[in-house]
Amino acid sequence: MTEHDHHHHHDDHSELSETELRVRALETILTEKGYVDPAALDAIIQAYETKIGPHNGAQVVAKAWSDPAFKRSLLEDATKAVATLGHVSRVGDHLVAVENTPGRHNMVVCTLCSCYPWEMLGLPPVWYKAAPYRSRAVKDPRGVLADFGVSLPRETEIRVWDSTAETRFLVLPMRPEGTDGWDEQQLAELVTRDSMIGTGFPKTPGAPS
Amino acid sequence: MNGVHDMGGMDGFGKVEAEPNEPMFHAKWEGRVLAMVRAMGAAGAFNIDTSRFYREALPPAVYLASSYYRKWLLGLEDLLVDKGYIAASEVAAGHAKEPAKPLKHGKFTTDDVERVMVRGKFGRKAPAPARFKPGDRVRAKNMHPATHTRLPRYTRGHVGVVERNLGCSVFPDTAAMEAGENPQWLYTVVFDGTELWGPDADPTVKISIDAFEPYLEPA
Repeated sequence: MTEHDHHHHHDDHSELSETELRVRALETILTEKGYVDPAALDAIIQAYETKIGPHNGAQVVAKAWSDPAFKRSLLEDATKAVATLGHVSRVGDHLVAVENTPGRHNMVVCTLCSCYPWEMLGLPPVWYKAAPYRSRAVKDPRGVLADFGVSLPRETEIRVWDSTAETRFLVLPMRPEGTDGWDEQQLAELVTRDSMIGTGFPKTPGAPS
Repeated sequence: MNGVHDMGGMDGFGKVEAEPNEPMFHAKWEGRVLAMVRAMGAAGAFNIDTSRFYREALPPAVYLASSYYRKWLLGLEDLLVDKGYIAASEVAAGHAKEPAKPLKHGKFTTDDVERVMVRGKFGRKAPAPARFKPGDRVRAKNMHPATHTRLPRYTRGHVGVVERNLGCSVFPDTAAMEAGENPQWLYTVVFDGTELWGPDADPTVKISIDAFEPYLEPA
């Protein structure tokens, strides 16, 4: 086989895995039966790739850090509060924001499947959906945090939120020191995905990212 | 069901390994599976609880050995076959061979995409007053339905405190089995780590679940 042939075969997907073949077969069947338009599937994927992601959650957190009235309404009714922000308004119902304080750290899991605030954080990472996190987060949260390199004072209360219904949880991390006078855009850049799940902290000003 | 999906408190799965700069999809087919599940659900072939139940019902060894989107694919195939939208012979052939079954909301087209990007509403009108209020001590029932439930095993039989009334909501246990929305009150219930994991557990840990009223009894 020449090198060209080899590439050609890859381009033709002639070496598809069993899973890929099965996915293609199912899509063919659903299309042939008139259940779905494949262009609509393309559009769903594109929407996930472009419209959702942790930048939405980061804007909410940065706003809460900057605006005490917004923070109060976020903690009281996160769905309603987020709906007032035009650019990230389409979260739908059942969002709850939980605040980290010096005395209490919040952490979110779904032990039964993979419930996650998609609209705020995007699609969940593999570790969030996998057995090690789902099994241990409720029994040994400090051990799980150690896997992320996160250590909390011994006396800090840890509250683990198991997402067993349609409520979705967003952790409001503590605002980093040294950010006085920062605007929302600057603050949003410090907010990491993991800090909004509760398995990390926001970035520290000046630290290498 | 007491399935392997109900993982809270299990040991032996090892460390949490986060992948740096993880891509949204690790292969193109993962996106296709996600899109097919969302599209067929929005077209009315099934509700979210039924799709969860079909993933839980995969054989335990398959569940544990399959990647996340592989589980979604296998669950979707089984569900669509069981509900008569596709035939097992079609899956084997890779082509349609039977007439289509009408979908409740019709064919899923590009006009429907925006709809699936907005989260559904699960709140419903209350059929009866709430039985519990914040501050009440409640016990998670010792119940083991062989069908879908959202009461994790690690809480069953244990006592916690109602923290918040989340309103009345579609009941997954019946919705998953296509036995109706059967709205129920939903509460955040908080348990001490030591109540769930014994006196040697970390005393600073508290765990909460969102529990539907039929999962709870006064304690």
